[in-house]
Amino acid sequence: MYAGAPVRRRARQSSEGAAAALSLGFTTAFLSVVVVLPIAALVWASRDNGLHQFWQVATQPEAVAALELSIGAAVLVALVNAVVGTITAWVLVRDDFRGKSIVNAVIDLPFALPTIVAGLTLLALYGPQSPVGLDVAFTRTAILLALLFVTLPFVVRTVQPVLHELDREAEEAARSLGASELRVFASIVLPNILPGILSGVALAFARAVGEIGAVVLISGNLPYKTEVASVFVFNHIQSGDQSGAAAVAVVMLLISFATLLAIGGIRFLLTRHERA
Amino acid sequence: MRRYSLRFVALGYLLLVLLGPLAMIFWRAFDRGAGHLWTSLSDPNTVHAFKITLIVAAIAVPLNTVFGVVCALAIVRRRFRGAGLVNAIVDLPLALSPVVVGLSLFLLYGRTGWFGHWFQAHGVQILFALPSMVIATVFVSLPFVAREVVPTLRELGDEQEQAAHTLGASGWTTFWRITLPSIRWAVIYGVVLTTARCLGEYGAVAVVSGHIEGQTETATLRVQDAYENFDVPGAYGISLVLAVMSVVVLVAMTFFKPNQEVTA
Repeated sequence: MYAGAPVRRRARQSSEGAAAALSLGFTTAFLSVVVVLPIAALVWASRDNGLHQFWQVATQPEAVAALELSIGAAVLVALVNAVVGTITAWVLVRDDFRGKSIVNAVIDLPFALPTIVAGLTLLALYGPQSPVGLDVAFTRTAILLALLFVTLPFVVRTVQPVLHELDREAEEAARSLGASELRVFASIVLPNILPGILSGVALAFARAVGEIGAVVLISGNLPYKTEVASVFVFNHIQSGDQSGAAAVAVVMLLISFATLLAIGGIRFLLTRHERA
Repeated sequence: MRRYSLRFVALGYLLLVLLGPLAMIFWRAFDRGAGHLWTSLSDPNTVHAFKITLIVAAIAVPLNTVFGVVCALAIVRRRFRGAGLVNAIVDLPLALSPVVVGLSLFLLYGRTGWFGHWFQAHGVQILFALPSMVIATVFVSLPFVAREVVPTLRELGDEQEQAAHTLGASGWTTFWRITLPSIRWAVIYGVVLTTARCLGEYGAVAVVSGHIEGQTETATLRVQDAYENFDVPGAYGISLVLAVMSVVVLVAMTFFKPNQEVTA
């Protein structure tokens, strides 16, 4: 009809193309400057003196002790979260009591509270001046407590929505056929919420391996005893031993990548039927 | 019976690990009375530390909000090659120790780092100054807006955007009139999470700031400083203010949380 239309459409398409290029360019540039370049600098610095040197620094006894402590504590904390987090999610979805919405809101507190404040409060309750007479300051128990505090929401928040969506008919059918409560949980509920539990556990694990703020005040940071990996890295930066700090940091970086891969794998399995 | 025992376990655990310790801040902060609390909070270095925390957050939160929205749009709407990689990089700060983040920036902008030399030659101070503290904070709080907006955009679909487009709206108009109003709650929730993370950041900033009292010290660093210098009431005073801020954040989180679960 009129000649302007195709021209205008073409103009619009090219401006669309420009917007796409702009948004992609901005995203890439931002990620590069903030995340990729610093990480690259870390990896580069760790292999500055060769792979052999890196391995030697990363396997020095103090570094190994710190990494072992961090990984061991993170595994324990992840396991506790798997159980207690699932129970908490269950209580929040299936149980009913006064003040439930407040409890539900409080779960997110560790996301909102600065970790250093979390550490200080734990020290007040479970430290030398404990009003309940329970002093675990500067022990590994204190580290576990601090990590349990900061990782509390992860499993609850990944299991809760799945449990909420879960159709209860299958459970009732099983019950009417004489299945015990335990059997119903194990063969109907658990398979459904397991991916949620696992990704929550993985996130909690990653968080626990790298935590510093909540741990630094209450652990005492004694090398070989209560010095976690992140505190090791921090102390070695402060004392000018950059290669030692970088070596342990790269090991921690690899653990983070592995955890993210695991979460990606779980997500992939979860959405299998959607893609098929 | 089973029902009550599960409830008991869940609530007991919360009390032991979460609420008990939290109550202690309030108790300890008012240990010596409100007057003493006020004196320790009005210390110039403490006031300065809170100012630095707010300045860093005031820069980092808007940056991450813009980035989060643009990045989510790119991931969901553009379906470009490498979207998976971008997704993974955005998730990285959730799984990485803040100290490792700090060290990475330290190595990049330090004297021997790739950029350190150039900035030093041009007289720009990055490390032990505000710029590195902002970058560190942006890094650790990067995922929150994007993580909230991506699923909302997916669920939304692009039918309305296509309709606007067909009716002749430009990409810019479509974004402001159609897309942004539909994702605004997700953006707000993401901003709340980002703010909480920025105000509370400790590990990454501790590495790059150099902990200079009255200059590069944030409120969280000040807590540690006060505690280690035996000013325990001071540490609890600053903690109290931070805790009150996070309770405000928590209320905002509850208010803006997408309705994925019924809480009543």
